[in-house]
Amino acid sequence: MDHVLTARTLFGTTMAFHIIFATLGVGIPLMILLAELLYQKTKDNDYALMANRWTKALAILLGVAIPSGTIAGVQLSLLWPGFMEVVGKVMALPFQIEIYAFFVEALFLSIYVYAADRISPTMRIISLTLVAIGAAASAILITNVHAFEGTPTGFRIENGQIVDVNPWEAFFNPSFAVTATHVVLSAYMTGAFTIASIAAYHMLKNRHHERIQLFHKKALMLGLTVGGVFSLLTAINGHESAQLLHEYQPEKLAAAEGLFETQSHAPLVIGGFTDRETQTVKWGIEIPWLLSFLAGNRFDTVVVGLNDFPEEWWPPLFVHTLFNAMVGIGMFLLLLSIVGFVWHRIRKQHIFPNWFMWTVVTAGPLALLGIEFGWIFACTGRQPWVIYRMMTTAEAVTQSTNLGTLFLLFTSIYVFLLIAVVLVLRSYFRRHPIEQHLSTHM
Amino acid sequence: MTDELIAISILWGFIFIYAVMATMDFGAGFWSMVYINRPQTKATKIANRYLSPTWEVTNVFIVAIVVALVSFFPGATFMLGTILLIPGSIILLLLTVRSAFLVFSHVAPKYEKVLVYISGISGLLIPAFLISVLPITHGSFVETMNGVSRLRLDRLFTSPHEYAFIAFAITSTLFLSSLLLADYSNEANEMEAYTIYRRDALIIGPFALLSSILIMVTMRNEARWLYDGMIARWPWLAASVMLFLLAGGALFLPSWKKKNGRGMPRLAVVAIVLQYFCASYAYGKAHLPYMIYPNVTIESGFTHPNTFRALFVTYIVGFAILFPGFIYFWRLFMKDRRYLANDEK
Repeated sequence: MDHVLTARTLFGTTMAFHIIFATLGVGIPLMILLAELLYQKTKDNDYALMANRWTKALAILLGVAIPSGTIAGVQLSLLWPGFMEVVGKVMALPFQIEIYAFFVEALFLSIYVYAADRISPTMRIISLTLVAIGAAASAILITNVHAFEGTPTGFRIENGQIVDVNPWEAFFNPSFAVTATHVVLSAYMTGAFTIASIAAYHMLKNRHHERIQLFHKKALMLGLTVGGVFSLLTAINGHESAQLLHEYQPEKLAAAEGLFETQSHAPLVIGGFTDRETQTVKWGIEIPWLLSFLAGNRFDTVVVGLNDFPEEWWPPLFVHTLFNAMVGIGMFLLLLSIVGFVWHRIRKQHIFPNWFMWTVVTAGPLALLGIEFGWIFACTGRQPWVIYRMMTTAEAVTQSTNLGTLFLLFTSIYVFLLIAVVLVLRSYFRRHPIEQHLSTHM
Repeated sequence: MTDELIAISILWGFIFIYAVMATMDFGAGFWSMVYINRPQTKATKIANRYLSPTWEVTNVFIVAIVVALVSFFPGATFMLGTILLIPGSIILLLLTVRSAFLVFSHVAPKYEKVLVYISGISGLLIPAFLISVLPITHGSFVETMNGVSRLRLDRLFTSPHEYAFIAFAITSTLFLSSLLLADYSNEANEMEAYTIYRRDALIIGPFALLSSILIMVTMRNEARWLYDGMIARWPWLAASVMLFLLAGGALFLPSWKKKNGRGMPRLAVVAIVLQYFCASYAYGKAHLPYMIYPNVTIESGFTHPNTFRALFVTYIVGFAILFPGFIYFWRLFMKDRRYLANDEK
């Protein structure tokens, strides 16, 4: 494997691992906060119990999210020193501000977890709100660096020197708002569906235990409602993201859609595999005119195709599949929430059928998978650039060799931690079954 | 003061804070391992009570250091990133395992012992690797060929200078943490734990001082420029030794608050932190202007002035906002007797 690819594989694996925990670290605090608020409003002890149990799980997840985030942050400098040199000179602000967000999250999470019994309910809500804000802000700021890689502003490179630096202009680069919103909304969606998945699973497992059913039903409804709202918002925002690509990174959109020829009334191709030789998408379903409409809200919008760019600037063509997988999962989850809503509110059925419950069980893992596909698409679709049209990934990579060994080491640690975290979560919740709390709270 | 000096001072400040917090954090993990089979003394319990809420905050500082380094000295980042790939990766792996196991050990009592052992041992290894960054910046272990710099690990690990630093890191970790835990148990009125940690501090203290002398001795041969610079700042070194003696004395003085009690651990902690401050100031000042000798100086590696100004503003705003949070945190976990004396958990 060539050096750049090995470095990308190593960093990509770190990110793929970290994203699981980071996403839940952003999504779950919102759910805990909502449960706390519902408890303060309804005084229904079940919600307090939810907040309590989810906090335990969150503390365990953050035990992995924090060190893996540390790895990601440091590995950036170790693997991509050329990139970080530019970032240090131009785009240092989001990293720096993220530190403050990180501090807010760490301080108040410790306070909420270890001092919950000593602080007032108001202070608990405030602490939790600060944890949620800190987590979301971290995600927003790190996404800002990613946005900058796609739409760099605030500097020029002249004879290899970085000149005309305006750090705030770089900070507020054109894709910042839309991209960061996309990440936060999809993280909230994922957190909510993960909760819904777990609740649905327990309802299926404890069919004859009415009290347990009731508890999980509340969690399920909360998860489905929040998940539904955020999947809708994610979809609307995803549409804006695509329009942004059309404007700023046309070859990325072209690769995502498998479009080779520049054209107006461009079709949208769903599914299939892009074929470089024949310049077509094989086995895809073509919907005429739709891509032009999605890109510019008009059917006569001209969408630029890959052939307008030199071939060495093309991203890998498999990003079409990743893009489809991400959008497909998002649509499916949106549909799932709508079905649930119709069933519950409009048909007024209070018991969901089994097939629906089992589908909900898959929602959390699917949402996480969607996040992974989205990230791989976003970063692979930018290749060969690390900073769009400014610096290639090959220019940024470390000069040190022997990355293969490191890759093996880090991957085995990730696999090990993944297994450990599942075992620890299971072991904790086995020892603290919900029955025991429900009976004491009744 | 130039922009470069302000920047390196902020970076040094973070490193100092992290060094103190991390030695306490890693040391506490080690002590909770050592005393795990003596539950009646509560020494482990005390260590854990300190450790549980603080490790996440401590961990943020290491990221803060990396970010400050990258944003203030991107030029140095390029070289440091390149030569520190291997040691940096080892540190990251150890840190990950340690933090994860620390969290796991609290929720999975079935595996508690194994988990405590792993986080305890890694707690000693991490400082040893972390401190290696210092001798690496002294220059003699970096080799540049055809514009590519690399770290000569073989030279590093056969150098007495490196081992003096490792000895210093480990003894300092144990010394500082036992001292802090002595103070913490004193505050919590756990006199048995206090006696143990006070004794540990008294035993390890002289070794910590000895290893710092060893660093100077080996530095004379291996980094003469730095050695001369430090000797030229001898008043700081002398003050550092005086503070060490003061701390030792404070552990023998009769207690103010308690009858029959021995030692003023709070005074000892403050004196030792000041001791490290003086010594690291002399070291840092002598190290300037070099970040990595002789290739990278604070001027050559410095960020763009516009970025520096923007960052500086966020530092002031950021820490002004965070400060009350730190105070609140401190009061809840370091001062609140309800937490310190809590027997549950």
